Amino acid sequence: MSDFIQGGWSLFIAAITIIGIMACIWLLFSQSKKSVEIDIDSNQIENNHVWDENLTELNNPLPRWWMWMFLISCLFGIGYLFLYPGLGSYPGSLNYSGQAEHQASIDDASVALKPIYERFASMTVEQVAKDTQAKEIGQRLFLSYCAQCHGSDAGGSTGFPNLTDQDFLYGGNIQAIETTIQKGRIGVMPSFIGIGDEKIIDLVSYLKNYSGPSRNQEQDQRGGLAFQQFCSACHGMDAKGNQILGAPNLTDDIWLYGGSEKSMKESIRNGRNGMMPAHENSISPEKMKILTAYVWSLSNQSKPEILERIQSNNPK
Amino acid sequence: MRIGKHKITEVVEQSLYEVRKNIYARSVKGLFSSWRIIFIFLTQILYYGLPWINWNGRQAVLFDLIQRKFYIFGLVLWPQDVIYLTALLILSAFSLFLFTTIAGRLFCGYVCPQTVYSQMFMWIEHWIEGDRFARIRLDEQKWPWNIKKWRTKLSKHSLWLVISFLTGFTFIGFFTPIRELSKHFLELTLGPWQLFWFLFYSFATWGNAGFMREQVCKYMCPYARFQSVMVDQDTFVVTYDKLLGEPRGARNKASDQLQLGLGNCVNCSICVQVCPTGIDIRNGLQYMCIGCGACIDACNQVMEKINYPQGLIRYTSERAMLNRESSNLILRNLTRPRVLIYSLLIVICSIIFIKTLTTRNPLRVDVMRDRGSLGRVVQGGQIIENVYRLQIMNVSEKAMTVSLQAVGLDNLKVLDSTGKGFNNLVIKPVSNLLIPIKITLENTNQAANIYPIHIRIVGIYPQNSSIYEETVINEKSSFIIPKF
Repeated sequence: MSDFIQGGWSLFIAAITIIGIMACIWLLFSQSKKSVEIDIDSNQIENNHVWDENLTELNNPLPRWWMWMFLISCLFGIGYLFLYPGLGSYPGSLNYSGQAEHQASIDDASVALKPIYERFASMTVEQVAKDTQAKEIGQRLFLSYCAQCHGSDAGGSTGFPNLTDQDFLYGGNIQAIETTIQKGRIGVMPSFIGIGDEKIIDLVSYLKNYSGPSRNQEQDQRGGLAFQQFCSACHGMDAKGNQILGAPNLTDDIWLYGGSEKSMKESIRNGRNGMMPAHENSISPEKMKILTAYVWSLSNQSKPEILERIQSNNPK
Repeated sequence: MRIGKHKITEVVEQSLYEVRKNIYARSVKGLFSSWRIIFIFLTQILYYGLPWINWNGRQAVLFDLIQRKFYIFGLVLWPQDVIYLTALLILSAFSLFLFTTIAGRLFCGYVCPQTVYSQMFMWIEHWIEGDRFARIRLDEQKWPWNIKKWRTKLSKHSLWLVISFLTGFTFIGFFTPIRELSKHFLELTLGPWQLFWFLFYSFATWGNAGFMREQVCKYMCPYARFQSVMVDQDTFVVTYDKLLGEPRGARNKASDQLQLGLGNCVNCSICVQVCPTGIDIRNGLQYMCIGCGACIDACNQVMEKINYPQGLIRYTSERAMLNRESSNLILRNLTRPRVLIYSLLIVICSIIFIKTLTTRNPLRVDVMRDRGSLGRVVQGGQIIENVYRLQIMNVSEKAMTVSLQAVGLDNLKVLDSTGKGFNNLVIKPVSNLLIPIKITLENTNQAANIYPIHIRIVGIYPQNSSIYEETVINEKSSFIIPKF
């Protein structure tokens, strides 16, 4: 326990707690009786204070069980402090911790959910992807783990890839998708600020050429040369990218950081750092299979399935 | 002993706690005890019977804590409807205030579960052990008990426990379907929490109605204490007419009351013997008085026997009693400002409550913008996409067909996450659906900005076999056109 900087504070708290309980018990017994002066003849209380003409202090006794309840509460407190953490840094004889209880409830839930996941254990990922229940689970998993970056519709946003198209940086087959989710990816585009703005402008012009009509043939040619010199090592001679490195295909009109000239220049000049975190420690293997199947299905689904998936209703 | 003018005093220790003295309330018959019998039957028929009524193929009244849905006949309440509970509690509070202002602790005397169960247990006690004096004699018998005491005590507690178990069982029957529950109960397969609450509630019934009784009202109940502030001089409460009754004293039938200088009270103490909280109403209104009227019934019987006018103890107000006004003051009692204000508040709250409950929209929608991506530029700016999650709730017990529209900018389209339009989106009865949607805008010349839009959700559900009802919800959201 590192709740206290010094062990002395733990003793201090424990002492206050124990003294507090003792004081309560003392208070109960010290206040359970009172001495009154009684006139023997009239049996009236003497020297009683009178306020506001006729208000006097009388005795309206509480039931005795009330006193026992008070005492039982004190004893309960002592028993609790013996069994559970509460007395300074003393962990209690049951060694209870909230963390362990939370873990136990997670374990209980996984036992309860086991039969649901067991059904998918013998299925291939493609079969899981077609299963209605797995799709519902997959969508919920996606909304929990993935949607923050890739969007609720998996359509991505600037810097975060769209998962519904066919363009995958590291490959769109089941194996590649699973590896990406499990291990994460780090995509680095180095900065080419050193080659000078002129060459960068040439490069952008050359790349724009793939997805649109040429505007300046001369500039394109200079860009092509620069591309072979600086870019082809990763993006390939044909600029179609390299899935081993995660280097994107530059010949389609899909731009992770935006397809405007301004953002392309920025990518070349300052470089880019893409980061997909690893999930193997936070998502169990059974869930991983369902999530992989779901993500794979996003770019591999037939039209009737799309409608079916969208119209499938959550049971609760 | 007295020496001269000096008083002799001694110092004694007074305990501030006392062992509770058992109250042996004498059984009584009369107008108010008949009313109590009627109310006990009504409340108990309601309590024991309600869970067995079915409605639309389900239990009519069921508080399903696990699914977080409260079923009350045709109504299904969701956690979002907690405001109705607030309204109901406000209504109950004002009703309590009103009744207390008009006629004291009516709630305590006739419908409070504590009174009702205590009374039921007392009937059993009376039936098995006999009336007040028989019970006192039985309890005076010290250990070891004889066969008769064993027999009476065992049969009393067995009957008490039967009622307690039935009460505990019915209680959990409001939270889990009671028909299934009775099957589990007979097969001894109750869940651990069902078993716990069954035993807990049974034990509480047995303990509170059998042993604690008036102590719950005297030492535990907050209502008992704060109802006193609603009582004023014009409130009708159980009142001992001290002007008529005093000076009290015993007399024989032949003697002349006036000659003896006595009031109507014959000091028979039956009003004290019948009191379930053990007070003497002749000391005036006290906080322990639960307003059950047992003393009125008892006193009237005595007055009838000795041919005195009835009503020495009666329901009247303090002012009416002291001023010797006729008891026919109900009209004045009812037109006091606080009665009128409470009534007005009850009427206003009831109207709001009923109006909002009957016009409750069976369709609820939450729109949540995706926070990760604001506006998305697709196809070089030809299309702008914004992504949302919709939580669509159908709180009715009929399937609902829903269509979606976006309003606020021209040509907004609502598409599903794969880019198709929605077609026949059906929300099952009493369920909710979480769907990602995207709203797209094509070829716009609007400037980059945040535009307020509405997502318009139209739900169609069958009112009966041929008539369809339509409900519309406009949820506010925003559409972002980014700079690119």
